[in-house]
Amino acid sequence: MSDKIHPLARIIAAVARGLSGVQVRWQGCVPEPRQRIYFANHTSHLDFVVLWSALPKKLRARTRPVAAKDYWQAGFRSFLAQRVFRAVLVERGAAARAAHEEHKHEEQAHGTGFAVIEQLAEAMGERDSLIFFPEGTRGTGETLAEFKSGLYHLAKRRPDVELIPAYLENLNRILPKGEFLPAPLVSTLTFGAPIRVEEGEQKHEFLERARAAVLSLRRKENE
Amino acid sequence: MILAMQDYIPRRYTEFKWDKPDGSLLLLFGGVLLLLIVASIVGAILKQTARSESAQRVIANLNSRTRAWWKMSAIFALTLLVGKIGSLILFALLSFLALREYITLVPTRRGDHRTLFWTFFIITPLQYYLIAINWYGFFAILIPAFAFVFIPARIALAGDTEHFLERAAKIQFGLMICAYCLSHAPALLILKIPHYEGRNSVLLLYLVLVDQMSDVLQYVWGKLLGRHKIAPNVSPNKTWEGFGGGVTTATLLGAFLSWATPFTRWQSAGMSLAITILGFLGGLVMSAIKRDAGVKDFGTVIEGHGGILDRIDSLCFAAPVFFHLVRYWFAR
Repeated sequence: MSDKIHPLARIIAAVARGLSGVQVRWQGCVPEPRQRIYFANHTSHLDFVVLWSALPKKLRARTRPVAAKDYWQAGFRSFLAQRVFRAVLVERGAAARAAHEEHKHEEQAHGTGFAVIEQLAEAMGERDSLIFFPEGTRGTGETLAEFKSGLYHLAKRRPDVELIPAYLENLNRILPKGEFLPAPLVSTLTFGAPIRVEEGEQKHEFLERARAAVLSLRRKENE
Repeated sequence: MILAMQDYIPRRYTEFKWDKPDGSLLLLFGGVLLLLIVASIVGAILKQTARSESAQRVIANLNSRTRAWWKMSAIFALTLLVGKIGSLILFALLSFLALREYITLVPTRRGDHRTLFWTFFIITPLQYYLIAINWYGFFAILIPAFAFVFIPARIALAGDTEHFLERAAKIQFGLMICAYCLSHAPALLILKIPHYEGRNSVLLLYLVLVDQMSDVLQYVWGKLLGRHKIAPNVSPNKTWEGFGGGVTTATLLGAFLSWATPFTRWQSAGMSLAITILGFLGGLVMSAIKRDAGVKDFGTVIEGHGGILDRIDSLCFAAPVFFHLVRYWFAR
């Protein structure tokens, strides 16, 4: 793996920044060259690119998006995801199955779910960070869906990395699901304080807390 | 054998010359430069002498405003020197950015998406293109007539009826203020004013100068003497003292600048009075919108000033009226 960023990635990032007029606020942490998992709300194809382009250049080369295999697997999408942005393609819903398996046969946890968590942990290696959308799919922007359990399992598997919540505001208005022409409004991206799985914390407790951490970054009215 | 440079270069290249900038344009730039230098020096001195914390905060804001003024003046001067295309690109960009700030604040729905694409990428650029090709007739009706019927129609086609009238009206209003009204400033460049040929960019500078100086002077007078609030529910910073002082001094400034315009001294004072009063009303209206939306500024892109729309709100109101006053009484 090199630190080179694909030239197309630079161009796409510049266009996305321009279209989204994104204002970046590092509220609970600062950009640092350490391994992190950025997890954010998901409403638009622009989400990943905007979040990625908001990072300082040096960090960008070491930050990879996690994307759904079924959607990004074929043709030009695959080229964009894999060659241009070095995405880690995973099977959707796999982590949920992993949890299921964990309960049922803890002794033989070899199913696809754990394979995915293993795949992500390996993709991070010693130095890469991930961008993760734990809702699993794009929403309308009005509400934040429940988080899938992948975040929890990955956090347990890699307790050494920081989990950074992020909130992307207005991107659902700029390029909503199903549209291909943008309405160039101003968006905001807020990074919050890192969280971690506490000692003895249950899966659903952690996921609820992670979700609340993302929601708390919503800008207050009247600010 | 000595050959002159011209022998090697085809005539059509050597004959190309920049339009020499108008003398009064340069003189006005000089005045602005002087003003900025004085403001910077005064700001630096005040910074040293300010004691209380609140005074320091006011001075810090003043100084960041001055810094922003340096940049804005430089950009505006450059585009004026480039000529009509430069000014058109600048104002088109301002319209685009102002509209973006406005629509961001206004609650739109998913069904408005395609309509918004049209307003940003088709209607707004077209408005400025019509100035570029001197098509006044279409320029004057594109947004009030064509966009006015297009926007509700496009939203209706999208099929979402919730808050329908409100959404259509809000988008139309934004387009009127940010694109239509503002575009009347660079539209001054296509007016044909007898005995003033080739100097229209000076008139554009005059409008912007009087309008923005009126904002500054109202702010300064308000800070110095402001007691009685005009509309405390809308804008706590607007006082009768600031308004009176600002309007009077900006009108005097306009009268003094009559040498750069096609107006007599009294006409120039009248024009400036119109510009300042409309500018004040523009600021008041945009404050009301911000108040309603629960924000202080439209944006944060200009240091100390807020957003683009916070800076040009007065111009949006002054430009169309000034344009038509000039067109009715002075243009051919």
